[in-house]
Amino acid sequence: MFSYIIRRLVVAVPTLLILIIISFVLMFAAPGGPFTSERALPEAVMNNVMERYGLDQPYWKQMFDYVTNIVLHFDFGPSFQYRDRTVNDVIAQGFPVTLTYGFWSFVVAIVVGVSLGVAAAIRHNTWLDYLAVGISIGAQVLPNFVMAPILLLVFTLWLGWLPGGGWNGGQWNYVIMPVIALSTSYMASIARITRSSMLEVLNSGFIRTARAKGLPTSRIIIRHALKPAMLPVLSYLGPAFVAMITGSVVVDVYFSTGGIGQFFVNSAFNRDYSVIMGITILVGALTILFNLLVDIAYAWIDPKIRY
Amino acid sequence: MFPEKAVADGLADAAHLAEVQGRSLWKDARIRFFRNQAAVASLIVLIAIGIFAVFGGLVAQYERDFIDFSLMGANQTQGAPSFATGHYFGTDSSGRDLFARTVQGTRISLLVGLVGAGVAVVVGTLYGAIAGYFGGRVDGFMMRTVDILMSIPFMFVLILMLVIFGRSILMLFIGIGLISWLDMARIARGQTLTIKNKEFVEAAVAIGVSPMMIILRHIVPNLLGIVIVYATLLIPGMIIIESFISFIGLGVSEPNTSLGALISAGAGQMQYGVIWQLLFPLFFFIITLFAFFFVGDGLRDALDPKDR
Repeated sequence: MFSYIIRRLVVAVPTLLILIIISFVLMFAAPGGPFTSERALPEAVMNNVMERYGLDQPYWKQMFDYVTNIVLHFDFGPSFQYRDRTVNDVIAQGFPVTLTYGFWSFVVAIVVGVSLGVAAAIRHNTWLDYLAVGISIGAQVLPNFVMAPILLLVFTLWLGWLPGGGWNGGQWNYVIMPVIALSTSYMASIARITRSSMLEVLNSGFIRTARAKGLPTSRIIIRHALKPAMLPVLSYLGPAFVAMITGSVVVDVYFSTGGIGQFFVNSAFNRDYSVIMGITILVGALTILFNLLVDIAYAWIDPKIRY
Repeated sequence: MFPEKAVADGLADAAHLAEVQGRSLWKDARIRFFRNQAAVASLIVLIAIGIFAVFGGLVAQYERDFIDFSLMGANQTQGAPSFATGHYFGTDSSGRDLFARTVQGTRISLLVGLVGAGVAVVVGTLYGAIAGYFGGRVDGFMMRTVDILMSIPFMFVLILMLVIFGRSILMLFIGIGLISWLDMARIARGQTLTIKNKEFVEAAVAIGVSPMMIILRHIVPNLLGIVIVYATLLIPGMIIIESFISFIGLGVSEPNTSLGALISAGAGQMQYGVIWQLLFPLFFFIITLFAFFFVGDGLRDALDPKDR
């Protein structure tokens, strides 16, 4: 087990390096620097600016400094657009918000999705099953950027129940719509995956044995069927995590929640490369970490896996 | 109950036919597909959407970039959908004909989906087949590369690319092409692993066919069924990615548009009581995705014997 974790870590490090290299290469390939403007600055001033941000160094040195600063000091460097703030400030401000609604969407997607899937599998080919399948198919074509305007239309404009945007320190009524918008399509996928894997498990021999022993159904489901049925769901959580973080871009823009996505989009339009890169790399690192955790959990739960 | 009926049908058929006619795998699949009503209905819807996207411009009364200045800013009161004015879907906030723009948006969205699926089919299938066929170190290296690429948050990299190189349809295609083949490569590899141990491959090896020839002539044709299924299921994902990018304003640029951009613009107009600007693009977006999902499911039932 331990050597498996080490081996997975060994793969994780080059992944992160590749991500950093891709971002850097993209930036160097960009026509014009971040300080190119209509009005040419005097050469001395330009040189000073370049020096301040370390842009006068050779490319490999810039990349090396950037990586060592992140690894040693967790310092993503200064923002290129706002002189008074660093990328760290931006992350510190936006990330807690994103993590808050991201966490709740994850919880909602898993709890609702799994219950829906299990219910559908137990009551296979009844109205409950059809209802669950219907919901999950319907929700699948409602990605976050479609859910967001629909929710706003219904709950804010028509019913007037929920505030149309803002964060307000994470008060519950400000969190509801971002969470629903973000979790709907993943909830659907999780429900679908749970249902089909649960159906497969319920048809297997050891469940028949458990039934033959006369165990109550609830015990069979909870003690015997749920764990193996959860494995495909577990492996879906990695991609779902990426999608949640990506979805924060839409949620933040739409509900003005002020999470990491909002900064990402603003920086994208302002060509604030250092912020974009910092966020991309941080998200990449989190993604890799999360995938690692999922893999370890998988190896731990599934006795069939070799490591 | 179903198999019994099928058996009964089969017996009835056999009794009537003087000689037994062989059915190819593909014919079998076709019959299974056309028995699935949801899939057939979705296929018809898809064809209709395709016709709408390609020929809809002929029906439109206005050019997609024609701005009716008298309606600019007044679409709330005068821009509602109507046959009298020729604005079948109404106008947008700049006084442009929403019908013409929806046609164009649907076209771009479909195109993105098809390009993404096309790249996936060509690159992903070959990549997966090569990795699976050669096995060993080649396989290990190729699939680790896919693993690494998959764990990169591509949406962020794509946005970075669009910001740095400027927004253009080409850039969007490149970005989507870069990610779309990864899943396909995994699926194709897994399938190749089982195919390569079959007798016909062994026979080909025995008579000295070169490895690339075996992959192209013997492995890839046998992958086709599963490739088609997953390509169809991939298209909605690609459309969603493009719409997402367009929604945050980094996709195709004016006067071109896509369903994501239209939904975004429509959502912005909602608060003024202009509901049609959101609903028409949303309707096309949702039914397109629905249709692709159902057709993909139908194809899977028909072509992928594992899931039946």
